[in-house]
Amino acid sequence: MTETQLDTKRRLLLQGSLGVGLAALLPTSVFANWPQDAFKAEDKDGALQALLGNNAVEMSDAVDLKVPDIAENGAQVPVTVETELAGVESITILATTNQNPLIATFNIPEVALPFIATRIKMAETGDVMAVVKTANGLFANTKTVQVTVGGCGT
Amino acid sequence: MSNIRIRAQSRDGVTTVRCLITHEMETGLRKDEATGGRVPADFIQEVHATWNDQKVLNTYWSGGISTDPYISFKFNGGAAGDTIHFTWVDNQGVTETTTATIS
Repeated sequence: MTETQLDTKRRLLLQGSLGVGLAALLPTSVFANWPQDAFKAEDKDGALQALLGNNAVEMSDAVDLKVPDIAENGAQVPVTVETELAGVESITILATTNQNPLIATFNIPEVALPFIATRIKMAETGDVMAVVKTANGLFANTKTVQVTVGGCGT
Repeated sequence: MSNIRIRAQSRDGVTTVRCLITHEMETGLRKDEATGGRVPADFIQEVHATWNDQKVLNTYWSGGISTDPYISFKFNGGAAGDTIHFTWVDNQGVTETTTATIS
């Protein structure tokens, strides 16, 4: 075995043990790639900064956000996001008045269409925000949902 | 018994997938009336799906997604009879995988 080969092995071993060490430090997160800082953020700007490295969003009607005007049950608020923007990399959904505003982020793989429908929890009346990331920046739309019964403390 | 129900339909070259997962989706913020403490967090953190070894869904969630999550997504391609693999993992390390056939 040459000096270089040995060196490579040593490095691999080091990297391996480093990985195990990091995993042990994160017992609440199974995947290191789950964006913990973004999900723990307590305001939308902090969440976007942690998740996308930027919170300079441009409001755009090209982001088609569908939510009900009134949600009787804050525990089940339907949200649909769709856009005609090209080259969409991800769609992110936030509920700005929730304790942790970031609800979910959907990376849009190459063959996928920029369309997502799901249901979210809202603690109280507030804005739902959809942020679409493209190579040209962040585009967003918001809509207010009147929540009759909050969906987080129940 | 699988806790994932999937319907995938192909039309005009686009496949629409609708999934319903059975899961508590505990945020970790909710108070337990009996003990006065917090109900421990237990929610799905990551969901992904593949079709023909291509990623068609890759998403990260918080406990802000509703209990018994619903998710719908679309992708270009897919034909009746094709298989979709769908997997979720929660913060407790519990994971579940299922396959569905496009109709």
